[in-house]
Amino acid sequence: MLPTDSTKTLSFNRCITEGDLVIVYERHDVMKAVQVSEKGVLQNRFGMFKHSDWIGKPFGSKIFSSKGGFVYLLAPTPELWTLVLSHRTQILYIADISFVVMYLEIVPGCVVLESGTGSGSLSTSLARAVAPHGHVYTFDFHEQRAASAREDFERIGLSSLVTVGVRDIQGEGFPDEFLGRADSVFLDLPQPWLAIPSAAKMLQQDGVLCSFSPCIEQVQRSCETLKSSFTDIRTFEILLHTYEVREGHLPSWQDGDGVLASLKGCKKRQRSTNGQENSRPQTVLARRMGETRGHTGYLTFARLNCIR
Amino acid sequence: MSPNNSEENLSGSQNRRITWDGCSVLLDINDGDRVLFARLTAGSKIKIGDKNCSLQPLIGCPFGSSFQVEVGAEEPFLAPLIPNAEGNGLGEKADDQTMEECRDNRALVDNNTAQSLTGEDIDGMRKKGATGDEIVQALIANSATFEKKTAFSQEKYRIKKQKKYAPRVLLRRPFARSICEAYFKKHAEKIGFLRVDTLSLLLSLANVTAHSNVLVFDMLEGIVTGSVAERMGGMGYVCNPHCGTTPLPISIVRMFNFSDDTCKRILHASLTELQPSNGEISIPSDQLVDECNIKENKDTLSSSAKDLVNMEEISTTNMDTDNNVAASPKCAKTVKAGEKAPPETIKHWKEHGFSSLIIAAPNLDAWDIAKDLVPLLSYSAPFVIYHQYLQPLATCMNNLQSNKMAINLHVSEPWLREYQVLPSRTHPHMQMSSSGGYLLSGTRISSSHQN
Repeated sequence: MLPTDSTKTLSFNRCITEGDLVIVYERHDVMKAVQVSEKGVLQNRFGMFKHSDWIGKPFGSKIFSSKGGFVYLLAPTPELWTLVLSHRTQILYIADISFVVMYLEIVPGCVVLESGTGSGSLSTSLARAVAPHGHVYTFDFHEQRAASAREDFERIGLSSLVTVGVRDIQGEGFPDEFLGRADSVFLDLPQPWLAIPSAAKMLQQDGVLCSFSPCIEQVQRSCETLKSSFTDIRTFEILLHTYEVREGHLPSWQDGDGVLASLKGCKKRQRSTNGQENSRPQTVLARRMGETRGHTGYLTFARLNCIR
Repeated sequence: MSPNNSEENLSGSQNRRITWDGCSVLLDINDGDRVLFARLTAGSKIKIGDKNCSLQPLIGCPFGSSFQVEVGAEEPFLAPLIPNAEGNGLGEKADDQTMEECRDNRALVDNNTAQSLTGEDIDGMRKKGATGDEIVQALIANSATFEKKTAFSQEKYRIKKQKKYAPRVLLRRPFARSICEAYFKKHAEKIGFLRVDTLSLLLSLANVTAHSNVLVFDMLEGIVTGSVAERMGGMGYVCNPHCGTTPLPISIVRMFNFSDDTCKRILHASLTELQPSNGEISIPSDQLVDECNIKENKDTLSSSAKDLVNMEEISTTNMDTDNNVAASPKCAKTVKAGEKAPPETIKHWKEHGFSSLIIAAPNLDAWDIAKDLVPLLSYSAPFVIYHQYLQPLATCMNNLQSNKMAINLHVSEPWLREYQVLPSRTHPHMQMSSSGGYLLSGTRISSSHQN
């Protein structure tokens, strides 16, 4: 998924080969991750697609099925991966993920500790940020989920950047081998205050910690615990509002037909048999989508106190 | 404090945690009340309140350390602050909060008569060598109403006096996050009102990572360019395109403390050079190179002559310092960010296409720029456009769709809210930013038919 050297960067000349992971794009909300194989076949509502047709084509190509329908084959990115991965747990989405990566000040070469791994949504973006010489050590206390995460990272080509461990961080803390080595720590645990003292020992001076909690009571307790070794404690929530954009015609109120048509439901484009439609001025209209996510969780950040 | 393995792996000074002579720093005065940039040199000074303090004591200290202004026998100076003694907070008494608060403000009358110490008394104390903390204690002791205040109110009072008589300075590392927040708070218009969460989305949606080739049209003084370069760690390229002959200013990039390796990777090129040409036109590009060289030579000559003068100027200005900071010579650095892209690099970009695109031009028409720059991307490459206004992005999205240039198009708006979390006093901040701008993101596809 990530360019490990300059030859692997996305390019006009880089074509799909056997073994590549592609994102099959049907619509902005219908996508699927598929591993390309010589004899593979994809079936969906548009028809049948043979993987062999894909091999040798560049990413971003439009591919037709046997029935004439089409899909696009996109190169995987952490954002697309977050939308297609299998949810074994509730995952973090792009708004929280991007804020976390920025606020934890992660740059190439950093060492990041994470717990719990969950479905690996955030881990993928962490890996991108530390690549190529840094590393993400992520822990989950659920053995099967850790194994699934390991498999996923293998599939998307991130195993050299992400190491999954099975460990109860709340109960045991992070392993001693990381003492003073972490640039950043991320916690997504039910009782993060139990892990905070250990996190403090793992962090480098001025290192940043982040704790993600859905409930305010958890946040309050975490902040209390953070006070002893941390400073610059800040709590946020972040959401991403999406807009729907369409082209439409807003008729004048003097236009009787237009007014009646708009009462019937403005989504229908006035279909006219005599070509009048073309003369109607179209405007681009934008508005927020109806229902949206109201809350994901609170993000609490803190810096390790400087002790000299 | 020896560097650990992880630090050694990092490219040069990319992630250094200790300040050095000549580095750029962010100074946070009184817990975020005032934030300014400075360059740490032997001669630089900072003005806090009415006192001028030298910044020299800050050289060689770890980022994250705090200092307090102390008024000594001679001039005021910055003394290192050890956080454990007073227990981290500014006089917080966390344990006492568990008891029920029975006081309230019914008997307090705000008529300015509560404090019995006068200004002259305080000056007198200072001359006798009293520390800032001692003055704060004295003010509390001489306040007739202090004991009647609620515990929360007492804390607020103590903090207020502390900030005035013993201001604190926190040494911060300039990073995309802190630079953006500092600008957004004080000079948001210089960065086109780009809020930190919006910036973070730009970086993610554009899939910025090491070894990418990112095309960045940056009209925000270089904050986007710098943030992208930071995420690339000196591997890959950032290209600032421009129409005509003059590249856009990227003065903010100089605040990031980038190594030479990273600076070398921040380049600019004109649109005509980047577009596929029908026959190479070499003469105009030579002329372009000459113009840029002449301009740069003038700058270096003038700045080296005004060496010392520029250093002093830094002491009395705040955020506007960035222009001075930019002009002051980086004696150790020979590589400046934002050089012209050499022909072989441009050739490489034309052959492979850019791996992503970011457009941050909040006062220009988005589609006008997108129609020229999106075609320079590889297929399946992501792009993000930031704008202050919704309508231009809606129009741009519509055009990209009808011209079949992109899929996976989304117009979104980030929303960010900060909370105050304190025992019995948890609530969102009273003030918040209402808009961080809008984003249009998508993935480029080929408009010609495959198969």
